[in-house]
Amino acid sequence: MTDERADGLAVGAQVRRGGFLLDVVLSVAPGEVVGVLGPNGAGKSTLLKALAGLIPVTTGRITLGGRVLDDAGTGTFVEPAARPVGFVFQDYRLFPHLSVLENVAFAPRARRWGKREARSAAAGWLGRLGLADLAQRKPSALSGGQAQRVALARALAGEPGLLLLDEPLSALDAGTRLDVQSELRMHLSEFTGPCLLVTHDPLEALVLADRLTVLEDGRIVQQGAPARVARQPATEYVAKLVGLNLYAGHADGSTVKLADGGTFVIPDRGQHGDVLISVRPSAFAVSLGPPEASSPRNVWPARVAGLTLLADRIRLDLSGTPPALADVTPAAVAELSLQPGSKVWLAVKATDLEVYSRAPVGVPGD
Amino acid sequence: MRASAASTRLTARHRARRAERGASRSAPVSLLAPGLVALAFLILPLIGLVIRAPWGHMASVLSGTDAVQALELSLWTATTATGVALVIGVPLAWLLARTVFPGQRLVRALVTLPLVLPPVVGGVALLLAFGRAGFIGQLLNSWFGITIPFTPVAVVMAETFVAMPFLIVTVEGALRSANLGYEEAAATMGAGKMTVFRRVTVPMIAPSLGAGAVLCWARALGEFGATITFAGSFPGQTETMPIAVYYALQTDPDAAIALSLILLVVSIAVLVSLRDRWLRGGSTQ
Repeated sequence: MTDERADGLAVGAQVRRGGFLLDVVLSVAPGEVVGVLGPNGAGKSTLLKALAGLIPVTTGRITLGGRVLDDAGTGTFVEPAARPVGFVFQDYRLFPHLSVLENVAFAPRARRWGKREARSAAAGWLGRLGLADLAQRKPSALSGGQAQRVALARALAGEPGLLLLDEPLSALDAGTRLDVQSELRMHLSEFTGPCLLVTHDPLEALVLADRLTVLEDGRIVQQGAPARVARQPATEYVAKLVGLNLYAGHADGSTVKLADGGTFVIPDRGQHGDVLISVRPSAFAVSLGPPEASSPRNVWPARVAGLTLLADRIRLDLSGTPPALADVTPAAVAELSLQPGSKVWLAVKATDLEVYSRAPVGVPGD
Repeated sequence: MRASAASTRLTARHRARRAERGASRSAPVSLLAPGLVALAFLILPLIGLVIRAPWGHMASVLSGTDAVQALELSLWTATTATGVALVIGVPLAWLLARTVFPGQRLVRALVTLPLVLPPVVGGVALLLAFGRAGFIGQLLNSWFGITIPFTPVAVVMAETFVAMPFLIVTVEGALRSANLGYEEAAATMGAGKMTVFRRVTVPMIAPSLGAGAVLCWARALGEFGATITFAGSFPGQTETMPIAVYYALQTDPDAAIALSLILLVVSIAVLVSLRDRWLRGGSTQ
């Protein structure tokens, strides 16, 4: 299954920890940034730890550039210290007793460079990341954004062949995050090896990653280009993350019988079989009475279960067959005097439905 | 009903103080009285020592004793014992904190046993193991011609036996509560296990290590029972300060008081050095 090219990272492994099983088949090309997205407890951190050698795989193997890092079949296991890995931890883990310079020089020194060469290499990295002024500071005297940059410099200073970032921006406040994010994007694009970036922030994943891998319950549920994942989510979790309604059903030409009740009319492209349909919340038209029939569209009654104020619109949580999340303007809510319990009619054009076949799990979708 | 306690008189000064600090800090008599008794019990003997000290002729009193010799012996044996404890005790603390092996709980109990064991019993045990007729001492004697009891080496061994658990217990606690994330991070940066220990683990537990070493040193300095049992009391050879004080008290009380004062000064110096740098840092671990 895995593509063990001479270059790049190839993972085909299972990791069992207590009752949890991580089961992943994944390959990352050199210079490619793969965003690993998933809810808490999906196994994202476990995946990174297995790659870094902090946890051995239970079965399967991991290779980097054709070199076996871990192979449960043959028993080969490269200790973490011997893996060419740079790891940026969620909490940075900068050594509090060492200066910024010594922190960054740690990997070069541990990899048997002389003290002086290690320091000058570290100073070089600090300069490249615009941190030269901070060299003599202790980590406790750094701001969140500075600490994040130092953590990246420290990971890169070991000249790793594989870069792992565990929620690198999650500890930053919203303002700093955007600055650091654009900088991080630049540095990641300069990194020539494979890179994995774990996050649960879809925006971060969309901005920083060339490709997304979605993990749920220890399994890859979707892989693909960010744009595609954002348009055609494979699971409820991804749909929620990117703010879409998701329906599963069985297509038969121009109609889809939904799994949880209801039917959609879709543009007939000769699709048959199990499909998923994603719908933008803004694609729905909401009215008090049944709208007049016109172009092929789907109309059904629903009841308002809840209203949430978003930035410039109101999201209606609608129960019906099928249920939906629909966005309307505050003015519309006032005009229709919508409140929990209100009966409304929903309409959505067939052309606003994104219909796609349900891809087998774990197969790259691009 | 304790209506009388429900209302009191507050002067303006008390009102201001209470407004500043919150609820009343005055202590009930049933806690205050025993507390003061305890304080007096701890302080009065020391005051007695200071009052009875032969301040006027300290030098002449001490000149008739082996005070300098005994102090020198005490200082270097206690320091050596602490050094030995650091070299072999810290690794044992690491093994207890970071590894899992069968019988670990038993080992931990055995390590802390000298903390509660009467030191004399420790001395007897050392004698039975390393004495001329002891099962190890016999071998040392017949193979290498080495005899340990009643030598300065025996002093160091007795002090290490009694004092090392203080260091081990302190360091093990620090190692257990240390954040393993830093060690993981060091490993991902290519640091082998010894490098991690040397460059990350030890610096990060430095406050506890310091506190443990000072506790160990102080305990070694004050060691009496195990030392006199295993090493005897030959002036200049094995007669440490506490032993010198004990003998002096029988023959020359003034000298005993002077020697005690010296130990008191050393102890206070240790306490002061601990207070700011280590005890506080060590307690937060």
